[in-house]
Amino acid sequence: MAKFGSALFNRLVIVIPYAWLLFFFLIPFFIVIRISLSETAVAMPPYLPVFDLASGFGGFIDNIKQFSIDNYIWLTEDALYTKAYASSLWIAGVSTFLTLLIAYPVAYGMAQAPSTIRPTLLMLVILPFWTSFLIRVYAWIAILKPEGLLNQLLLTLGVIDQPLIILNTNWAIYIGIVYSYLPFMVLPIYSSLEKMDHSLTEAAQDLGCTPIRAFWRVTFPLSLPGVVAGCMLVFIPAVGEFVIPDLLGGSETLMIGKTLWNEFNANRDWPVSAAVATILLLILVVPIMFFQHAQSKADAEGR
Amino acid sequence: MKSLGSIRRSFAPWADPNSVPFIAVKNVTKKFGDFVAVDDLSLNIYPREFFALLGASGCGKSTLLRMLAGFEQPTSGEIILDGQSLAGIPPYKRPVNMMFQSYALFPHMTVENNIAFGLKQDGMPKADIAARVEQMLKLVKLDKFAKRKPHQLSGGQRQRVALARSLAKRPKVLLLDEPLGALDKKLREETQFELMDLQQELGLTFVVVTHDQEEAMTMADRIAVMAHGKVVQVATPPEIYEAPNSRFVADFIGDVNIFDGTVSSAGNGTVEIATQTGFTVRVASTEPPAVGAKAGFAVRPEKIRVGRDRPACAPLNAAQGEIWDIGYLGDMTVFHIKLKDGKVVKASSLNAVRAVEDPLGYDQEVWISFDENAGVVLKD
Ligand SMILES: Nc1ncnc2c1ncn2[C@@H]1O[C@H](COP(=O)(O)OP(=O)(O)OP(=O)(O)O)[C@@H](O)[C@H]1O
Ligand SMILES: [Mg+2]
Repeated sequence: MAKFGSALFNRLVIVIPYAWLLFFFLIPFFIVIRISLSETAVAMPPYLPVFDLASGFGGFIDNIKQFSIDNYIWLTEDALYTKAYASSLWIAGVSTFLTLLIAYPVAYGMAQAPSTIRPTLLMLVILPFWTSFLIRVYAWIAILKPEGLLNQLLLTLGVIDQPLIILNTNWAIYIGIVYSYLPFMVLPIYSSLEKMDHSLTEAAQDLGCTPIRAFWRVTFPLSLPGVVAGCMLVFIPAVGEFVIPDLLGGSETLMIGKTLWNEFNANRDWPVSAAVATILLLILVVPIMFFQHAQSKADAEGR
Repeated sequence: MKSLGSIRRSFAPWADPNSVPFIAVKNVTKKFGDFVAVDDLSLNIYPREFFALLGASGCGKSTLLRMLAGFEQPTSGEIILDGQSLAGIPPYKRPVNMMFQSYALFPHMTVENNIAFGLKQDGMPKADIAARVEQMLKLVKLDKFAKRKPHQLSGGQRQRVALARSLAKRPKVLLLDEPLGALDKKLREETQFELMDLQQELGLTFVVVTHDQEEAMTMADRIAVMAHGKVVQVATPPEIYEAPNSRFVADFIGDVNIFDGTVSSAGNGTVEIATQTGFTVRVASTEPPAVGAKAGFAVRPEKIRVGRDRPACAPLNAAQGEIWDIGYLGDMTVFHIKLKDGKVVKASSLNAVRAVEDPLGYDQEVWISFDENAGVVLKD
């Protein structure tokens, strides 16, 4: 009995992550795809066809026949969407790069700090999460606006004599994304640096590397897994970011998250917004799959 | 006793007052906060010497080595290498390479690239690097593993990569921190001899840290026994073993029986000590302590004879007891003999023949005895 129980338990444990994936990713994803293949309608829900169990299997087939890829064709025809995708990728890419530039030294400093104060530093990195994300983004408006804190400080110091226009530009978006996502970059890099054997850099120096060369030849390559993880954790959500471009960006800033929000809420065009979301997912997932494939191949070659 | 050093090899620059040390450690102290890890230590190491630092865990061996490599700076004192002070010279500019206690192989590089690492730093031409790497791989017998990553190697193979990497640059001095610590006994013994051959072949100076005394005895030209950040004795392995200069060294290296007592007479190159155990020992001694002084007598187990008959020298250098324990080790047998006053003495004898008629057994009354030059006087 006990044996049977534990076998059942083992099976359950395996089932949990799959069930999670099924209910919270795959099913919603298929619903999104299904909506993206439908037509807009002034109805509730606002698309056609709608499945009805009462119509039986024949009705189901009829419904399937009504599916079309018109929405996807529409996306390629209107330059707005292509531009929005491109500009989202660009903004996310630049912000990810800027985040990396700031996060790496922070993580490095944390990993070099005495082990007694590391937990405190870690706490400080996570601390901003304790206040609302929205409030923190609003705070940036107060900082960046023409008569905001930053401009007042710079004017008082005499660094500038005209207020800088930062708010409602792409720079404000970069600042907002870098600020909001910094911990997601710091933590994985920190964890890859922290577990690194200190004697490796000593060995590199022993073999003739200056400390800087030792960093580039040993420390940095070994921290790459953390860098890659951090970049993905920042880049992926940044591409679809809505709140930051909406609050900090200008009216001409084009980001796919904003476009999607407009389609969904302003135009009430669920099928097109579903198509936008599906393409966004493909844009993000396909390169990652290629990347992982290349990595596992490189790993296999090392053997 | 001095002559014992030359039994091993005719290499003895330390005995020649004209020879110039290659590494001179002068009154070096290293403190970590209040803790003194290396305490006013001085040492001379000569070119082409195989020098071992031996001592218990935490006595400062690695710290001394790390100061030679440049990873730690002495708090006071100075280190001179080949006539040049090393003060302020960073690790990457020292003609010294180190093999790390943990090997410290670069996990993202193949064996080949690990070995080539230092050569690339020096800007050696590509063709020369390839040739040197191949030579190193042959030397450590890893030619077949050139393209593997460290995590695909066994512990022994990794250790050999670490060795090859530290040797590739032909450093003037190779520092080895417990190089064989991770190996099993058999591989360790094999590698000890490989290391010795290598050192001879390349004509390098080796400084090896170990806390395995057998390893130090096997490999080194000279051994420095360290305790609490100080050097207690520096001498050749036979000298260290046969003529320890202190109770600590006698006790630390090998097995020893120590009898405490008072000097009862001295002169004519011998000294007599009345031991607390009740018998008197007469020992050859060139610099005997004063009569009446406290002294110890140290004698190794294999220099003690065990027999049923009263030895001719009795009552000098002989005592009666009973066999308390017998340990048969194959090549030899160790007896624990309990003397009249309860002191247990260790004696060992070689099993030169396969079967002994009427061997000594438990609880038998026996005599132990030894020659006048079998042991040494300890003054401390
Ligand atoms: N960076 C450091 N900070 C503080 N104390 C240290 C530091 N490095 C070493 N010590 C202390 O100095 C002493 C000597 O250390 P060391 O590493 O030289 O010992 P060791 O002889 O190599 O020992 P083992 O045989 O265990 O390797 C130890 O008590 C150690 O705790
Ligand atoms: Mg050590």
